[in-house]
Amino acid sequence: MLSLIKSLWLVFLHLFRKRFTIQYPEEKAYLAPRYRGRIILSRDPDGGERCVACYLCAAACPVECIALDATEDENGRRYPDFFRINFSRCIYCGYCEEACPTYAIQLVPDFEMAEYNRQNMVYEKEDLLIDGEGKYHGYNYYKVAGIAIGGKDKGEGENESSPIDPKDLMP
Amino acid sequence: MNPTLQTLAVTLGILFTLLHVAAVLIWVERRLLALLQDRLGPNRAGPLGLFIIVADVIKIFTKEDWIPPFADRPLYVIAPAIILLTALVGFTIVPVGPGMVVLDLNIGILFFLAFSSLGIYSTVLAGWASNSKYALIGGLRMAAQMFSYEVFMGLSLMGVVILAGSLNLSEIVEAQRGMWFVLPQFLGFVIFLLAGLAETHRLPFDLPEAESELVAGFHTEYSSMKFGIFFVGEYIGLTLIAAMIVTLFFGGWLGPAWIPAPLVFCFKTFAFILFFILMRAAIPRPRFDQMLSWGWKYLLPLALINLIATGALVLIRAD
Ligand code: SF4
Ligand code: SF4
Repeated sequence: MLSLIKSLWLVFLHLFRKRFTIQYPEEKAYLAPRYRGRIILSRDPDGGERCVACYLCAAACPVECIALDATEDENGRRYPDFFRINFSRCIYCGYCEEACPTYAIQLVPDFEMAEYNRQNMVYEKEDLLIDGEGKYHGYNYYKVAGIAIGGKDKGEGENESSPIDPKDLMP
Repeated sequence: MNPTLQTLAVTLGILFTLLHVAAVLIWVERRLLALLQDRLGPNRAGPLGLFIIVADVIKIFTKEDWIPPFADRPLYVIAPAIILLTALVGFTIVPVGPGMVVLDLNIGILFFLAFSSLGIYSTVLAGWASNSKYALIGGLRMAAQMFSYEVFMGLSLMGVVILAGSLNLSEIVEAQRGMWFVLPQFLGFVIFLLAGLAETHRLPFDLPEAESELVAGFHTEYSSMKFGIFFVGEYIGLTLIAAMIVTLFFGGWLGPAWIPAPLVFCFKTFAFILFFILMRAAIPRPRFDQMLSWGWKYLLPLALINLIATGALVLIRAD
């Protein structure tokens, strides 16, 4: 009986407590830097597309909402012909970002993507591609990878020694 | 003023206020519950979120009014009307100010008790006519709860009747000019408060509805305005119990002379409604057997002791 009266009093005191409600449109919740929200495609420091169209993100995606098609430019550099993410299906798990070998695909702290028309939730490459490097700076896949593309032969990458000739006996 | 005209004005005034109070309580309850839970509650639609009432009413009116094919049609339709009717009729004997009462009955308390117990037909019939197991269990619980709490609801008021020497509510209020009856009749007040809550099946005594156990209890099968009427009936019943507590124990419309009597009355009643909402927020729902055993084992004997002690004291004083 006494405990009931006590709890009445304690609950009454809650009238004067601080509110926990965040009044959303005027007041925004804090989103951590690693918050997983809208997905972007980033560029390398030289302004080229980072994505090499390896399909790893599409394979890792548990809900199969990434569609892309690989193509090559005249230098032999791979890039996606189209890159499409259906955000009405995406569960923002971040697996695509983990799978990506080039830091191309990244999740950023933004969730305000509501649309009246469901079709508008499908983002094309133009919508996804940003001009900067996103969360990971200074990384340029083609500069560090040992692959030969136009303008860069084998052995010319960063921290890469020139290839050896296995048939040559000289040290 | 012409007495007929005055009665008419009072009747319409009370009816008008009551129906609006029932609507406004939707908002009051939501906001207050939210505040008690460190939230803000509905505050978007209109000033302070008041338009939520309009939105609610529109919503409830435009829902499909569906009568389940397995229900007992006539009873099913009548049931919601009964609760509203009995609660409204019960209000006729409540004096909101000196001479401002619809029916100045000399057996006011009996009339109130009679109509508040008639309200049980609403829930029991609703439970029965819905022809579904959850509704039926809800209805049965209501019946059992009502029978146990009805008994000492009346008994707890008899102390007041002994002190005032009358069953007429206006005279009871007048008798409290010296001292509010809550002081000599504190036990009676607590018992009446609990019984009244059980009678209106408000939380924490909402066992007939008990969302977590019985879906929605006796009104599980009700939709649209029929459900709305249950809601309004519950709020008016709540207001009625608050008004009765104020009239019987807290001096009714008696208050500082510079405030109009009806305002004093409304203010006190509203304070009790807020207290009921606080109880809803703070106290968990008891188990059904606990509730019945409290009623029979503690509250009923206490009410009897209170009655006998009050009678004895009054007799000793009279000598
Ligand atoms: S966040 Fe998860 S669901 Fe969304 S695109 Fe990436 S892998 Fe697919
Ligand atoms: S975004 Fe990354 S994982 Fe996906 S195709 Fe492009 S490079 Fe591969």
